[in-house]
Amino acid sequence: MGSDQLLFFGFAGVSVLGSLFVIGQRNPIYSVLALIVSFFGLSGLYVLLEAPFVAVVQIIIYAGAIMVLFLFVVMLLNVPREGESEWDKAHPNFRPWPMRIGAVLSVLMVTELVWALSRTPGMTIGVADERPGNSSVAELGRVLFTDYMFAFEVTSILILIAMVGAVTLAKKREH
Amino acid sequence: MSIGHYLVLSGLLFSVGAAGVFLRRNLITLLLSVEIMLNAVNLAFVAFGRQLGTVDGQIITFFVMTVAAAEAAVGLALVIGLFRHRESLNPEAFTSLKW
Repeated sequence: MGSDQLLFFGFAGVSVLGSLFVIGQRNPIYSVLALIVSFFGLSGLYVLLEAPFVAVVQIIIYAGAIMVLFLFVVMLLNVPREGESEWDKAHPNFRPWPMRIGAVLSVLMVTELVWALSRTPGMTIGVADERPGNSSVAELGRVLFTDYMFAFEVTSILILIAMVGAVTLAKKREH
Repeated sequence: MSIGHYLVLSGLLFSVGAAGVFLRRNLITLLLSVEIMLNAVNLAFVAFGRQLGTVDGQIITFFVMTVAAAEAAVGLALVIGLFRHRESLNPEAFTSLKW
């Protein structure tokens, strides 16, 4: 097994185990921290795919900004652990049965995806076999500000709307 | 590494995220599961972009990240508002249209 494969399976293991830890436990703070670990694994995979800029942005924006926002809200609300508030105990959907159906559905989805991918031709072609990688940030910027100019500008409006919406929603009502 | 490896990993992560949405009863963990799904899709985009030798896959990734940031900001603001009403984050606590 080459070092490339070793790194791939290492990073893949980190990201999958981190994600499983996120959904596998009841304390939201641990979930957020596990998701940051999972993002570091994904960032390593982006480096293997010769996309170093995406890898860095993944760490700075995702792990550094979005996850801090989550952590801030978790601590601000002093979130109760799942299953401890009165609503959780009273509701019929909190029984194990509906949850088992959800688990079965997601296992079904993994099976379907793997089955479909295994029957698709061309899946054994190496990602780096056919064409040279394009990891230059200059090229990235050129394409972003020419071909994707419109999408880029629309994104700025989206962020503005999201910001105004978040402020309005989280504001305390006067009445 | 073949493109199939990356796609299977992406599918696996997406399913873990979907399982989180199905299984967890906590609005914040639900939002985190949505983030896992978005990241799984990002990985597929970057892998395909690498195979095609273009930067388009990476650029789509930036847009996905921006949408994820907007979604997290609005979603968490809603969570704060809902928590003020009910002192709970269980989605089942918010089934009535008006209170």
